[in-house]
Amino acid sequence: MRKSTLCLAVTGALAALFLAMLAHARAEARAGTARRQPSLELVRRLGLTDLCLFTEARYTRHPAMADRHAAFQDHPMALDHFPSGSLLAPPAFPSPHAPPPPAIPKHP
Amino acid sequence: MRPPLQRYRNILDFALSSLLRRKGRNLALLSVYALVVFVIASLVFFVQALKHEARELLVQAPDMVVQRLVAGRHDPMPLAQAEAIRAIRGVAEVQPRLWGYYYDPVYGGNLTVMATEDADLAPDAIWIGAGVARTMRVKESDMVPLRGYDGQSTLFSIQKVLAESSELVSADLVLMAPKDVRALFHFPENLATDLAVQAGNPRELPTIAAKIVELYPDSRPILKAELLRTYEAVFDWRGGLMVVVLASAVLSFIIFAWDKATGLSAEERKEIGVLKSLGWESADVLLLKFWEGTVISVTAYLSGVLLAYAHVFFFSASLFEHALKGWSVLFPRYRLVPALDGYQLTVLFFLTVLPYTAATLVPSWRAATVDPDAAMRS
Amino acid sequence: MIELAQVVKTYEAGLATPFTAVDGVTLSIPAARLTVFKGPSGSGKTTLLTLIGCMARPTSGRIHLHGLAADALPHLDATEALEITSLPERFLTAIRRRTFGFIFQQFNLVRGISVLENVLLPTYPTGEDPRAVEARAVARLESLGLARHLRASVDRLSGGEAQRVAIARALINDPAVIIADEPTAHLDSRLSEDFMGLMSQFKEAGKTLLITSHDPIVYDSELADRVVEMRDGRVVSEA
Repeated sequence: MRKSTLCLAVTGALAALFLAMLAHARAEARAGTARRQPSLELVRRLGLTDLCLFTEARYTRHPAMADRHAAFQDHPMALDHFPSGSLLAPPAFPSPHAPPPPAIPKHP
Repeated sequence: MRPPLQRYRNILDFALSSLLRRKGRNLALLSVYALVVFVIASLVFFVQALKHEARELLVQAPDMVVQRLVAGRHDPMPLAQAEAIRAIRGVAEVQPRLWGYYYDPVYGGNLTVMATEDADLAPDAIWIGAGVARTMRVKESDMVPLRGYDGQSTLFSIQKVLAESSELVSADLVLMAPKDVRALFHFPENLATDLAVQAGNPRELPTIAAKIVELYPDSRPILKAELLRTYEAVFDWRGGLMVVVLASAVLSFIIFAWDKATGLSAEERKEIGVLKSLGWESADVLLLKFWEGTVISVTAYLSGVLLAYAHVFFFSASLFEHALKGWSVLFPRYRLVPALDGYQLTVLFFLTVLPYTAATLVPSWRAATVDPDAAMRS
Repeated sequence: MIELAQVVKTYEAGLATPFTAVDGVTLSIPAARLTVFKGPSGSGKTTLLTLIGCMARPTSGRIHLHGLAADALPHLDATEALEITSLPERFLTAIRRRTFGFIFQQFNLVRGISVLENVLLPTYPTGEDPRAVEARAVARLESLGLARHLRASVDRLSGGEAQRVAIARALINDPAVIIADEPTAHLDSRLSEDFMGLMSQFKEAGKTLLITSHDPIVYDSELADRVVEMRDGRVVSEA
C-alpha cells in the first residue's frame, strides 16, 4: 500500500472519530439534563450556593460565601494553605460594605 | 485521479518517506506533541464542563444570601433581622439557613451540616451525602455518633444516603432537623447562620441589596449573579496551577517550532537543490515541506484531543485527581457532562498546527526558490 | 541541436572577487550525437552543462534548443528554436524535467529512501498515473540489472550500482538529452567500458549525449562524435 494511502486513511479515521466525539458530546449534553435532576432538587430545597469541590477549608468548600479576607482570617499574613488556592481565584466582587454591582450578567 | 490531485499524493508519499528516514526522532516528536495537546485539551474540557455544570445547577440557588459580618468575619445572624428584611418591598420570601462545618476526627474529613425541615426526615435521623458514606465507611441504617464542642456525643441513624448522581452538590452534606443542629453546635435559638432571600422580580435585587445594607450596615448581601461569577473564576487561567500548565504547554509549542524555524541544515538545502535539478518546481518543494509539517501537527492535534476527551469524560479526568483533591480527605466523585466549546477547539487547532507548519515552511522558502545549481554547490 | 551564443556565467554572490566560470562560449551541439567536453577541473565544463540543462541561467548570452523541447512544451511548434535563457521558471522546470536527464558526478541520490523511490522522484510533480510510472521505473531498473535492489535503501549500494540508479533516474521521463558529469570518475576500467556500452545503446535510441570527462576511455572512444576542449571557461578546440 502506498504510504500516502495509509496516512490519509489514518487521518480520515481520526477525523471521523473527532466528528463522533462532537456528536457524542451533544448527545451527552442532552442526557445530562436528566442526570442533573437530583442535584437541582437539592439545590432548590436546601437553598445551596456552592458545589462541593474542595473540602479542605471553609472558604474552599463555600467559595461563593467567602470574601477576600476568608483565606487570611486565621492570621493577617497567612499564606494560602491549600493547593486548591491555586485553582480558586479570589472572589470578583468588591468589599462587604460597598454597594453590589449593578448589572446581572447574562450567561453565554 | 486527475493530475493535480495525484501530484499532492505523490509529494505526500515523499514527505512520509522523508519523515520515516528519522523514524525514532519523528515518532518521539509526535508523541510529545500529542501529549502537550492532550494536557491542554483535557484542562479545557474539564474546566468548561465544570463551569457549565455550575451554571446549570446554581440557577436554582437563592436569589440572594445575606450574611452578617463582625470584624470582617462571618457571624451568625439574629432571626429578628429576617423579619425586617421580609418587610422590604420586592422581597418574596426570606428563609433563614442553619448550617455549619463538622470535623470528623476519626477519618479527618470536613463535613457540612445543614438543617432541613423536610417532612420525610425521621426523628434522630440524618441524611448523608455519598462522600460522607465513603469517608466514614457507613451506610443506610448504620448509627453514627457526632460529637459537639462540649464533648457530648449524639447518636444518629442514617436514614438515607443521597443519590450519587448529586455528589457534586451533596458529597459532604449531613442533613438533620433544625433542633438537632442547634443541639449539636449549641447554636442559640434566636440566631441563624445566614438568610436566603427570594425576590419577586430578579431585576430589583440590587435595589433590595442596597436597602438591606442601609438597614443593617454589618450585613453582606451576596447576589446570585456574584455566586455564578465565582464559579466562572474557578480554574481561571490566572490561577497558579493553570498558569504553570499553560505556560509549559506554550513553551513546548515554541520549542517544537524553534527546532524547525532555525533554518535548514546544509544537507537539507542540498537535497532541495537535488529535487529542483530533477524538475521539481519551487511550489512542489514548498508543498513537500507543508506536508511534512501538517502530517505531524494535525495527527498530534487529533490524537491529543481525542485522548483528552476520553480521559475527561470516560475516565473522569483521573490524571488530574491528585491536583484537584489537594489536601481534602473527602473528595466528591462525579461524571461530567461534556460542554465542548467550538471556539476553544479552534483556537487550540490554530495554536497547534499553524506555528509548526509555518516553522517548517518559512525557512524552506529561500532554499526552495534558489537555482538548483547554486543549492547543490553550497 | 543545441546552440550557444556568447554564453557567460559569472558567480558573484558571497565571493570577494567575482568568478567567471564560463567566459563567452559559442557552440553548436548536434542532436543524436555524443559530444564529450574535455578539460582540467575549473575549466567550466560542469557549469556549461548545468546551463544547458536548465539548472542555472547564464549571466549573459543565449541558448537555443532546436526541436528538442517538443514534449515539454507541446504548445510550441516543434521546428521552432526555443530560447531558454529568458523562460519563466515554470517552463524551465518543465523542460528540465522532460527534455534533460542529468547524471551527476556525485550521483546525488536521496539517502535513506529506496532505489525505486529515488528513480520515481522526477515523476512526482507531474501527477502521472503512479502504476504506469512505477512499471516504467521497474522496467528500466531491470534493464540495468538492479531488479534485486528495488526496495533496498540506496545507502547500501556499491558505486557502480549507485550510478546505475542515477542513470535510471535520469531516464525515467524518457528525455531527449542525457547529460553526464564525470561519469567514470569513480569507476574501474571494466565498469567504465560497461558505462560506454550503455551510452551507445542510448545513442542508438536517438538520444543526444553530453559528457564531461578527463578519462581517455570516454574521450578517445569511437562513440564520441565531437570532442570539445575547454580551458578557463573558453572553448580551446573542437574536434
